Amino acid sequence: MKQPNYDNSELNTETATGHLSAKRIPIITVKNLVKKFGNFVANDHLTFDVYKGEIFGFLGANGAGKTTAMRILCGLSSPTSGELMVGGYDVYKQTELIKRNIGYMSQKFSLYEDMTIAENVRFYAGIYGLSRQQRKEKEDRMLKKLGLEPERNKLIASLPLGWKQKLAFSIALLHDPQIVFLDEPTGGVDPITRRQFWDFIYEAAAEGKTIFVTTHYMDEAEYCDRVSIMVDGRIAALDTPDALKEQFKSEDMNGVFLQLARSAQRTE
Amino acid sequence: MNRFRGFVKKEFFHIFRDRRTMIILFGIPIIQLMLFGTVITNEIKDARIAIYDQSKDEMTQEITSKLLSSGYFLLDQNLETTNDIEAIFKKGRVKEVLVFGRDFSRKLKREGKADVQIIADASDPNLGKLLASYTSGIINDYIFKQMVDLHLPMQIEPEVRMVYNEGLKSVYMFVPGIMAMILMLISAMMTSISITREKELGTMEILLVSPLRPAQIILGKVMPYLGLSIINALVILGIGHFIFGVPIKGSWVLLMGESVLFIMMALCLGIMISSLAKTQMVAMFISVIALMLPTILLSGFIFSIENMPLPLQIVSNIIPPRWFIVILRNIMLKGVGLAYVWKETLVLVFMSAVFVTVAVKKFKTRLD
Repeated sequence: MKQPNYDNSELNTETATGHLSAKRIPIITVKNLVKKFGNFVANDHLTFDVYKGEIFGFLGANGAGKTTAMRILCGLSSPTSGELMVGGYDVYKQTELIKRNIGYMSQKFSLYEDMTIAENVRFYAGIYGLSRQQRKEKEDRMLKKLGLEPERNKLIASLPLGWKQKLAFSIALLHDPQIVFLDEPTGGVDPITRRQFWDFIYEAAAEGKTIFVTTHYMDEAEYCDRVSIMVDGRIAALDTPDALKEQFKSEDMNGVFLQLARSAQRTE
Repeated sequence: MNRFRGFVKKEFFHIFRDRRTMIILFGIPIIQLMLFGTVITNEIKDARIAIYDQSKDEMTQEITSKLLSSGYFLLDQNLETTNDIEAIFKKGRVKEVLVFGRDFSRKLKREGKADVQIIADASDPNLGKLLASYTSGIINDYIFKQMVDLHLPMQIEPEVRMVYNEGLKSVYMFVPGIMAMILMLISAMMTSISITREKELGTMEILLVSPLRPAQIILGKVMPYLGLSIINALVILGIGHFIFGVPIKGSWVLLMGESVLFIMMALCLGIMISSLAKTQMVAMFISVIALMLPTILLSGFIFSIENMPLPLQIVSNIIPPRWFIVILRNIMLKGVGLAYVWKETLVLVFMSAVFVTVAVKKFKTRLD
């Protein structure tokens, strides 16, 4: 077994899921996930658990295989081998049930620019099968919370990037998913907006949602409950940010990442 | 079903809010039809001619008036000397000069032979050839009749009839061609662009992560274009029939059925293109270069397939509009039923099946 046994990280439970009072129910279970593209091994025997209500950071250089793994968990791609459960459902057989229980937001924010805020909300509520009643309630609550009520009939194209980002995140949460996958959600956004966005993420986590986030901003890695760092298709480290810093004798996550990434063989 | 309706509604937002899309959908078909129907034509109408009549007798007068009353020619001026001919062509207004020799009718009656010279401006060779052949046609026609009156022996008078298009109107040929082109443009190009746009914007991933099935997504993207294409087909047929007078001898039901089949085929093609292309630009290039040009050049729309070199004739077989144009012409002009166009119909069905298979295969490998 090449894979380190991460079960030792029990020790860090308190810091890892501070706001969760030590209840650790796995909501994503991955055992020996392998994904090959021809001869290229994008994911080499990944094994990890993500617990309910935690913010799980998924880090790695470009080409390390984090996007591939995330796409598999979302059902956008199928694994070559391994056992995977997402939200209690089998990735191979219960894709439809998984899709109902996850939210997804990519770095592109993915709203329709030629439609208004309200139309976008309605559209996404529609494809998740929300009833008219449910949709109205959610739409009103969400726009109020975002302070976007007066803008509801404005085209997305006219909104600043920060608003689009928050709106995209709120829309990903519209159907009350158990798990939200965020693929580099803060790309191209200024630091203040990023900080505000993380407040949103915390809020969702506090409501019991599990957040699975990829990022390459190391300051954001510090905001996560636990962080996994991928190098060359493997998980090179997985722990709380504090434990990792201690282990690698570094002041910040950037130092940890650089030490691990230096050993990488693969370039993009 | 509710989800699906929302999806289609979203698609209509995209279509109606994008001016470019609207122009392509509704502007281009009408403009093209008007252009091909009126401006671009192989017929002669009111061509200006000059006449240098050295005889000025009864027969040359009669020929002249026959020419001018045919509707093809308009008398620009009478010349008094051959020296003016070159100058008059250089000005460019006059396309043909007719010179009658001396003693035209007397020579014809006495010797059975008279001189007439047709000089056409061949800087536009097609036009020159057409003018000359129309003119000699009218003159020959006149001479034949004279010969009957003069009781000359031995004559063959061919009686020509152009069936299915007696007036040789080019609009009869263009309407089916334009119909094939427009439906191809809207169905294949617009769907491939609209699907690749979702890929480019990243919204396709969101849709694929949602509970919508891939087939529902594709169907939802394609449905609006199916509807709009059917409307366009009706508009084109309507304009062709009621404004340009193109006959529709066969059944409207069969005609629309075949059109819907062709639209489906083009939609499948669009889906296939979108599965191959990553960006809207690529989708557009493939559509324009691989679809529009062959449709215009090799489908028999403008240039007849029989006159093409053999390799091109073979290539033309894989161009879907080629078959559709045959179907349209047969139903509209000849008024035949399915019994006469079932082969072409099968070809279109087969093509649709191939396109869908390739698209599905491509889509699956992408998801792996």
